[in-house]
Order: sequence, then structure tokens, then C-alpha cells
Amino acid sequence: MKTFEYERATDVASAVAILDRTPNAKALAGGTNLVDLMKLGVERPDLLVDVSRLDFGGVDELPDGGLRIGAGVRNSDLAAHPLVRTRYPALTRALVSAASGQLRNQATTGGNLLQRTRCTYFMDTTKPCNKREPGTGCGAIAGLSRELGILGVNDLCIATHPGDMAVALAALDAVVVFETVDGEQRLPVDEFFREPGDDPTRDTNLPSGALITAVELPALPVATNSTYRKARDRRSYAFALGSVAAALSVDDAGLVTDVRIALGAASPVPWRARKAEDALVGSPATPASFAAAAQLELAAATTTEQNAFKVALLTRLVVGVLSELAGLDHEADDTGEGVDPSPFRPTGANGGHRHVAADVEPATAADTEAGSDTEGSAA
Amino acid sequence: MTAVDVVTPVDTSVPTGLGAPVARLEGRDKVTGAARYTYEHTPDGVLYGWIAQSTVTTGTITGSNRDEVLAMPGVQDVITHEQAPHLEDAEDGELLVLQSAAVAYRGQPVALVVADTFDTAREAASALTFDYDVGPGDVVLGTDHPSLYAPETVNAGFETDTSQGDVDAAMADSSVTIDETYETAALFNSPMEPHATVATWVDGELDVLDSNQGTSGVATTLATLFSLDPSAVRVRAEHVGGGFGSKGSARPVVVLASIGAMRTGRPVKVAYTRQMMFAIAGYRTPTISRVRLAADSEGHLSALSHEAYSHSSTLQEFTEQTAEPTRHLWAAPSRLMTHRLARLDVPTPRWMRAPGEAPGVYAVESAMDELASKLDLDPVELRVRNEPEVDPHTGQPFSSRHLVDCLRRGAELFGWEGRDPRQGVRRVGRWLVGTGVAAATYPASVMPAGARVTALPGGRFEVGVNATDIGQGARTVMAQIAASELGVPLDLVDLHIADSRLPTAGVAGGSSGTASWGWAVTKASRQVTELLAQGQPVPPEGLEVVVDIAEDIATMSDHSRFAYGAQFVEARVDLDSGEIVVPRMVGVFAAGRIMNARTARSQFAGGMTMGLSMALHEHGMLDPTQGDYGNHDFATYHVAANADVGSIEVEWLDEEDPHLAPMGGKGIGEIGNVGAAAAVANAVAHATGIRVRDLPIQPDKLLAELPTRY
Repeated sequence: MKTFEYERATDVASAVAILDRTPNAKALAGGTNLVDLMKLGVERPDLLVDVSRLDFGGVDELPDGGLRIGAGVRNSDLAAHPLVRTRYPALTRALVSAASGQLRNQATTGGNLLQRTRCTYFMDTTKPCNKREPGTGCGAIAGLSRELGILGVNDLCIATHPGDMAVALAALDAVVVFETVDGEQRLPVDEFFREPGDDPTRDTNLPSGALITAVELPALPVATNSTYRKARDRRSYAFALGSVAAALSVDDAGLVTDVRIALGAASPVPWRARKAEDALVGSPATPASFAAAAQLELAAATTTEQNAFKVALLTRLVVGVLSELAGLDHEADDTGEGVDPSPFRPTGANGGHRHVAADVEPATAADTEAGSDTEGSAA
Repeated sequence: MTAVDVVTPVDTSVPTGLGAPVARLEGRDKVTGAARYTYEHTPDGVLYGWIAQSTVTTGTITGSNRDEVLAMPGVQDVITHEQAPHLEDAEDGELLVLQSAAVAYRGQPVALVVADTFDTAREAASALTFDYDVGPGDVVLGTDHPSLYAPETVNAGFETDTSQGDVDAAMADSSVTIDETYETAALFNSPMEPHATVATWVDGELDVLDSNQGTSGVATTLATLFSLDPSAVRVRAEHVGGGFGSKGSARPVVVLASIGAMRTGRPVKVAYTRQMMFAIAGYRTPTISRVRLAADSEGHLSALSHEAYSHSSTLQEFTEQTAEPTRHLWAAPSRLMTHRLARLDVPTPRWMRAPGEAPGVYAVESAMDELASKLDLDPVELRVRNEPEVDPHTGQPFSSRHLVDCLRRGAELFGWEGRDPRQGVRRVGRWLVGTGVAAATYPASVMPAGARVTALPGGRFEVGVNATDIGQGARTVMAQIAASELGVPLDLVDLHIADSRLPTAGVAGGSSGTASWGWAVTKASRQVTELLAQGQPVPPEGLEVVVDIAEDIATMSDHSRFAYGAQFVEARVDLDSGEIVVPRMVGVFAAGRIMNARTARSQFAGGMTMGLSMALHEHGMLDPTQGDYGNHDFATYHVAANADVGSIEVEWLDEEDPHLAPMGGKGIGEIGNVGAAAAVANAVAHATGIRVRDLPIQPDKLLAELPTRY
């Protein structure tokens, strides 16, 4: 590994001062992504400014009913916070679907926003990647692109933002607060992340030398009826193939009055689906109109042979998530059980019965609530 | 350092005889960190080696910045093909490292950098760059690839092509036929402990600690490669953190570390990174299987054919014996099994748990399920109807075959009776639900092995057997076998394993280890017991017996020997995402006598989990433009996680088979893995009505046909 300097910041102001005057410095918080990338030679900072011991505050209620989340709040703690669980359930579900228990205990709110893409070309210094090394080309477009982006991509880069948390934050109108040498500044999550354009090396609009100090969630009544669903190749410790964060309110006539939708693993940015939202407001809350809205949003998709399935996947997820939020999941099924039982829950639906193994217990709802990796139905 | 000293106190309150669920003798050492794995040994003066790998698919090295890297502070040596000693061919082209400027695949070792510290070695290796005259890359296997040929034999010496009767005629004459092609992805063994070696070269003697599955074979290979007298090479593998076949023979790491030690005169240790494991450790080739079945309206097969395709590198022929298990599985008068191999510019495949059986039985047991559907016949019943009386390939009687009993017992445990045969109609919430079954088979083999048993004054016994404990519990079971034969408690047996100075023995592989090593231990223990019974005095240095079982194996009866099993699976498919969940698996096995109920249960359940992982998750993604497996870490190469595994229920039949090694076991290392993927695929087809014929079954393969909610 390349030699680097390490400095422990004593307060936010001095951390920002150091970051501002040192061109190739990085702030170190949980280190769950940065340290990995340093081992791989992808990130090669001259200086690490350790901000993990700084007090950025916890999760605090704002006067207007919103929340201020300190940048150092760990993902696990944020997910478990009662106000997050009740007012912004999509955020809790996004957080618990991410990474593994160990990583969630380590990763911070601020660091999570700054994680880099997991595109295999970006992660391998022997391969072409315009994000890591401008001008070398994008290896993924003609190579391995199954997990990569379809919206907001271009010929230079089809990387995805890999996170879950930011997708929920995008849907929930969150604002990123950061400190610079010129004072505190703020950017809505929507404007915080940036599409590659002609410079794929920059994932965000965070100014050089700035330090994220907090994320603020506005008071958002619709968010109490919100959720997050993530499709992936295994049920834990896998990045999304596609994900949806959504919030929905429907009036007595069955018409959509308010809706928030963001798509994950679809784009270099957490993709706020404003076209779909605009189309839905005032429309009937039915699977058909949910599908039409998703298709409208995804009409702009640019796909490869390997990732073309994401259009169908994201459409299905939007329909599934909005149907669930609209209370449409109570349709009849074989068991009459209705909504979304845990797939691990025993049933007699196969015409047989079930024996529980003595030594290998199935995943249960209790595991989920205790913070295991399954989203399940109880999260 | 001794090979192994069993110091863990044995709890004598639990049964310790053969078959008893004795906990692993080194278990406490492992969970407390006291057991040291290869790379954790740091001899005085050790240097750290780091492997530099090619960054082109094929080509010729024309230059490098070696001098620059060699001048970096702390760098002791940079060994390329221009510095490496000549190696003799040890029948594995993959091991002829640094012998020429030619690059055969991306990721091939092109240098070993040796430095004072781990970090310096890594940084220096990343600074080392080569100039290449870049060649073309041909990396994609297909059934029409021009390089396909019929090798002389396939892995483990099995026949390449075999034919009985006339499959084409039977297909033409039959009312019900299946002719489908099934594919499996490249799979990576992925043991927790990457391959590692600590090599020491002193006075012409090569002493290596190496993470492998059999030290005798690795020592012989090293002696050949370096033209050393076999007595000048010692290999030890005290604790091994899994191998799944990838440590079954010497790998480039042990050769490179040895070269480093020879050139520097100091101990050198080298480990693979996880990323390197996807290029230079070995893996299971992708496979393509065309399976044809012809049956009468009652489901009796008239033809069974399996044509298998796989790839290997240009360095070494390795042909997965994909169609071999099909030869022995079901009765059918007309039979055709063939293997074709393409030699591509890819990393060299090698053994991975159940080579042949894992992909082959997936294919044939998927086809059997499709046939059952076509016949509107229960899939268990179809298999029962095609049970052969003798081995349909060799005509030999079976030493024992209780496959039907496994199927019947499994069906009972699972609740199979009354199963709704319709596909794609059961729904719970947003999940479609289905169930599937498949048979499992794996050969019961023994390999030559020696053992040494010494009666010591005072009533203790020392047992030396070159077994390797790769986590499966070999150390514990060898102690149980010895104690049982010697008629003493476990704590009177001192066991020495995993050292090439012990009598020569084979690998922990092919599900043959316990039978082979255990036979030798049994034989030696019986001879010692007899000598003691005859009143032989025990001298101060002990009364020693050394045996070999080669002659005993040669006189074994003429039987066809296999372990069998039945796998039952419930699968659920999410209508909104195509994601698949397996809430329960039931496996019932007939594998002769089970020597340790605890470790055996782990083997079976672990194998079933690996089959689940093969069916749904594991997918070595070949990058057609770069020529490597691009998802080369555990974040992107998905092995089933805990959250993917629901209930796994394991049972075995009490099978007595007099035609095996004297302990009566058939070997259980691989059978749990066999058939599990087919049972999952069959359950997914039952759930959705969609038959995916290429593994892994991932959401994108289901979405196009899966019903929508809108």
C-alpha cells in the first residue's frame, strides 16, 4: 500500500481547514469503503483526516417536525431510531437492507453518501475506467454491465451509486449539510449527487475540502407511509440489482394525493423519479397506473444487453411497492394470508407439511427485528 | 514444530466411539485463535512474497521495469521468467510458473516480488509493470467452438465416450422424449483461507508449510519440479481453512514461494489474495450438457444420453467428468455419454467439490423432472421406475444401493405425498411456491494410504497418518477410528497428520479420505493390538507397526460402489422481483456407516448449502473483453449467505455394506452437494412454470416470463 499520513481532527473547523489546504486528503469516518479502495490501490490519498471521533450530533428532532442526523451516526443506530422507524420507515428499511450487520455498525451517515461505485472496472486498477482514470475508456459497456446503470448514464460511464440509504433520502427530500472554510452550506440530495457528464471522476457536487456534518429530513407527512424494497442476487450482503424507495398517500376516492419515488441501482445517482410522481398525482392508485408511471420514467433508459432487464425489474418493483403502500396487497391467495408473509414462514401451500430441523433454524421475523440482513415483512 | 499435538482435553462424559458425535478435537483451538494457519507462521528472517499477474489475455512479455522495482527500499528480489530456475514437468502445466515470456491467460503469474514486509511487497508488485506483445484472446466456450476435441480420458481417468444400444433410434421410436441443453456457470471453490505457503530452503532441503489437501502429493510434485530427491522435501499442512478441491494438488503459490526461498536463502511466505483465487487457484469450468431422454408412456427409459462440453486453459488439459455420473444413475438400454473439451485462453480449471457430479447430475436430474412433467408422473415415482438392478454401465452388482429408500424417506420427511403437480399456480402473498426433488450419487472410492501406529510404554498410542483436516473433521475421525480399534479412550491416542514425512497417503478429496486413511489406521491398529495380545513387550521407544493398504485395495471385490441421496426443496419466487428464496431443504443419504454424527451432519448440510449456492447465487462472470473473471471478490461473487438458507434437514440411512473399507463408510465429502442444484431448479420450475436451464437462476432469467401484478 502507498504510504500516507494520518491526522486525527480535533474539531470540525480544523478538519475542514486541513482538508481544504491538502489537495489529496480524504476524511476517514467508518472507513468501510475508503480503506477497501486504498487496499486495492483505487484510492491513494496522501493524508487521511480521521473525523470518526468528532461530535456531529445524534438524531435530533427539528422544530418543524423534521430530523437532523449527525454525519457520524452509524447506519445501525439510524435504522433503529424510533423517530426514523415511525416517520420515515423507508429509511430504516433501506439501511437494514444494506451491506452486513458488521458494516452497518461501522458505517456512518456522512461516509455512506460518499461511497464509490462497486463497478468491477472501477475496483480493478488493471482495467479501463473513466471514473478512476479519465481517458482510459469504460470497460463495462462492452464488458460486464449486468449490475450497472440505465438512467443518467453516458458513453463515458454507466456506474451506479451503490448505496441504499441515499435512495431513501432522495425520495424523502433530504438535505445534505456540510462545512466549508467559507461556512456551512446545504444541498438537497437530488443536487448533491451528480451524473457523470464529461467528468465521471466526480460523484457529487460536494466542494473540494468540504466535510459533511449532517443530513436533514424535512417534516413529510407522506413519509409515514413509505417503504424500501431491494432486489438482489442474495438476501444479504449484496448490492441491489434494482431498488425502490417510495412514499404514498391516497384519498378516499382512491386517487393519489402525494407520492415520492426514487430508484436505486439504476443510475450514477439515487434516481428521483419525478416524471412518474407527476404522472401519478391525481391518478387512481392502481397497479396499472403505477406501471404506466414507472414506464414513463424508464422510457429514457439506455441499456446494454446485460442490464436491459432492469427496466422490467424496476417497473415491477415500483408497482409492488406502491401497491403495498396503497394497501392493495390484500388480494386473495391460496392461503388467505394476504400481505407479503416472510418467504421463510411455514405454510401448507405445497400440499405437504413441514418439519423444522433440529439443528438449523430458519430465519424468522425475530431475526429481522434484531437487525439481521433479511428485510422480511417485519422490518 | 511438530505436525500436530492433540492437547485439547477430551470430555470423557460423551460417547467417543466410532459413529459418536465427537466434537472436533481442535475446535477450541480454532475458535480461540490458538490454531495457526499457514500464513500465521513467521519463521525468523522471513521475507514476504507477492505475486504479480499478467494484465493481458495472451501475449509475450517484451520488457519490464524490474530494475526500477528492485531498487525500491526493502525489495529483496524480483523474479520473472528471466530469473526463475528451470522447472521439470510435473504433469501440470499450470505449475510451470515463470518459465517463459508467453502469457496463456489474464492473471497468470508473471513475477514474484520478495520484500522485507508485506506492505512493501504489495506496493512493489503493484509498481512492477510489463510490456507485452499482446495476442488475441479466445475465452468463450460454446458447443460449436472449433477447438473442441475428445480428450483421451476425462478427470479421474474415466472414459471420454461410451455408448450402448442406439440412442437416436430410441429417440425416434419413443412417444415421450426430452432433448434439452443445461448450462452451469464457472464456479469458484472459495475456501475461507486462501492458499498460502511458507517455504524454507536450507542446505538443499525444502521445507514448506502449505495450505493444501494432501501433503504427500504436493511433496512429490515439488521434488519433481525442482529435481530434488523426495527425501529433501517436506510439506506440512497442520490446519487448513477449507479447500473444496482447490487445494487438492500443488498450486502455483507453493512453487513460487519455494523459488523465492531458493533465490534469497531466507524463508519466504506467499498468500493468494481473494482476487487471485479467481485466476490461479483452480475452479469449476462452465459446463454445457445436452441431455436426451426417451421413455414409454409408463416412464420407463429406453434411452439416456448426456453429451458434455467444458473448457480448460492452453496450459493444462482438465476435463470435468460431467457425463460420468449419468452412466451409473438410471437404467436405459440405449446409452450415449460423451465429453468434449475446448482449450481457451482462460485460467486453468481444477477440481471443485463433486467434480462431474455437481454439474452433471444437475443436468440429468433437471431433464428427469421435465420428463416427469411431460408424462404427468410424480418425479419420485419416475425415478423409482428407472432404478437399475446392476450398474447399467459396467454390469457390476452394486455393493449397496438404497437410492429408492432415500427417495421414499425424503418424501415422507418433506411431506411430498399429495403434491400438486401443476406448475406456476400456488401463491402466498407475492410469492409463487413450488417443490422439487432430485437424486444424488457419488462414487465410494479408496486410494492407497499408509499409517503408523506405535504402542508407547504406559498405555498411550501414537498414530501417524497423512490425513489432512480441511475442516471436515478428519483429525477427529482418525482418532475415533484408532481408539475404537485399539480399544482405548480417545485421550490415549496422540495423532500426527498432515506431514509428508508420515507414510504416504492420498488427498482429502474424492470423498475417499476417511475410507483410505481410516483403512490404514484400522489395519495398523489391529496389528498392534494383535502383537500386544501375543505378549510382545513394549520397548522404551515404543512398539511400532507401519502398514500400507495398496494390496488390500487390489483384492477388493468386483462391485460398483456409490453413495446415494435424495434432495427435496421448497422454493418461493417473488413476483415483484424474480428473487428466489429456499425456505427448506431435506436431504436423505445412504453412505454406508457414518463415523461421526456431528461432523457428518455438517458435511451433508454444507454440501446442500453449496448446491443451493450453485443453483441461485454463484456466477463466475467471464469478461469477454478482458478475459478474466471480473467479479473476483466476495462482494461480487455471491456465495449463499446465512440469510439465504432456511431450514436444512439432514438424515441418513443406517446402511451396512460389507464390500467397503473395513469401517464400512462410503465417503460423504461431496454427496450432499450433488443433486441439490437440480432440486432447486425443479422447485423453481414447479413454482413458476418457467424452466431456466442455465445456472445460476437469477432474477433476470425469470422476469420476462413471470406473471405481472399489473
